[in-house]
Amino acid sequence: MPRVVVDVMLKPEILDPQGQAVANALPRLGVSDVASVRIGRRIEIEFTGEPDLDRAREIADKLLANPVIEDFTVRVVTADETAGAQS
Amino acid sequence: MTARVGVVTFPGSLDDGDAARAVRIAGAEAVRLWHGDPDLHGVDAVVLPGGFSYGDYLRCGAIARFAPVMETIVQAARGGLPVLGICNGFQILCEAHLLPGALTRNQHLHFRNRDQVLRIESTGTAWTNTFQPGQEVLIPVKNGEGCYVADPATLDRLEGEGRVVARYVGGNPNGSQRDIAAITNEAGNVVGIMPHPEHAVEALTGPSLDGLGFFTSVLKHLVGAPA
Repeated sequence: MPRVVVDVMLKPEILDPQGQAVANALPRLGVSDVASVRIGRRIEIEFTGEPDLDRAREIADKLLANPVIEDFTVRVVTADETAGAQS
Repeated sequence: MTARVGVVTFPGSLDDGDAARAVRIAGAEAVRLWHGDPDLHGVDAVVLPGGFSYGDYLRCGAIARFAPVMETIVQAARGGLPVLGICNGFQILCEAHLLPGALTRNQHLHFRNRDQVLRIESTGTAWTNTFQPGQEVLIPVKNGEGCYVADPATLDRLEGEGRVVARYVGGNPNGSQRDIAAITNEAGNVVGIMPHPEHAVEALTGPSLDGLGFFTSVLKHLVGAPA
């Protein structure tokens, strides 16, 4: 079943303290070539019928993302690309 | 006639009991409102209490905003009903677009729980009219996502229109832009505040009695308001 994937990210100008904390932990793994880390949220939506991008955009704008601080993108993916797929 | 002040309980609210107690100590009748009931039961004002409504899932306040009681409160607030959002209540008011901006994770990522000095910057609101302009008050702050953010134009407008209600003094506990602790809407009937005035209403349990002023203010406001 195809799903709509919504990716929600903090706007670039909004400080991401979680991402910073992860970036600051990387040197402990011996990783020294990472300039920055930003953390977001991925949401997978399965419609009862065909995947509806406009409807997903409306859901994202009203509930999944807060447009004051976050940007989002929506896209349709096939079953084998989603987290719930059997590998 | 005793004023009736509603206190909403969402699943995950923590401070609804303290908020109702503060309302009673201020001399009003506290009316408990339920998130699933759109009826405001004729209350004269509403407090949205602190806590973790709906487990803070998705974003703080994001799901509470769609509770049946909130649809009525948003309508009534646009019509002038005094509404005070404390902590999680402030987050809900921002998510409901009754107040601009958003509350985000504390910059230092730590939960902060301490007694905090605030400076009251605006006494023109329904919830701060018994304070003196510039008065400093001591009120507990306890939050993990209390960092107020808005774009620079919004911040400038809030400052220009006197809508910054309170600022942190002696150290910003969460990284809020321009040290903002509380703001109001254009009409001054809706106030969101991150610290907890309901925890500073009795000598036994609070660091001061300064929080009581928020609740006595709304009673004064209601006496002066046209019926």
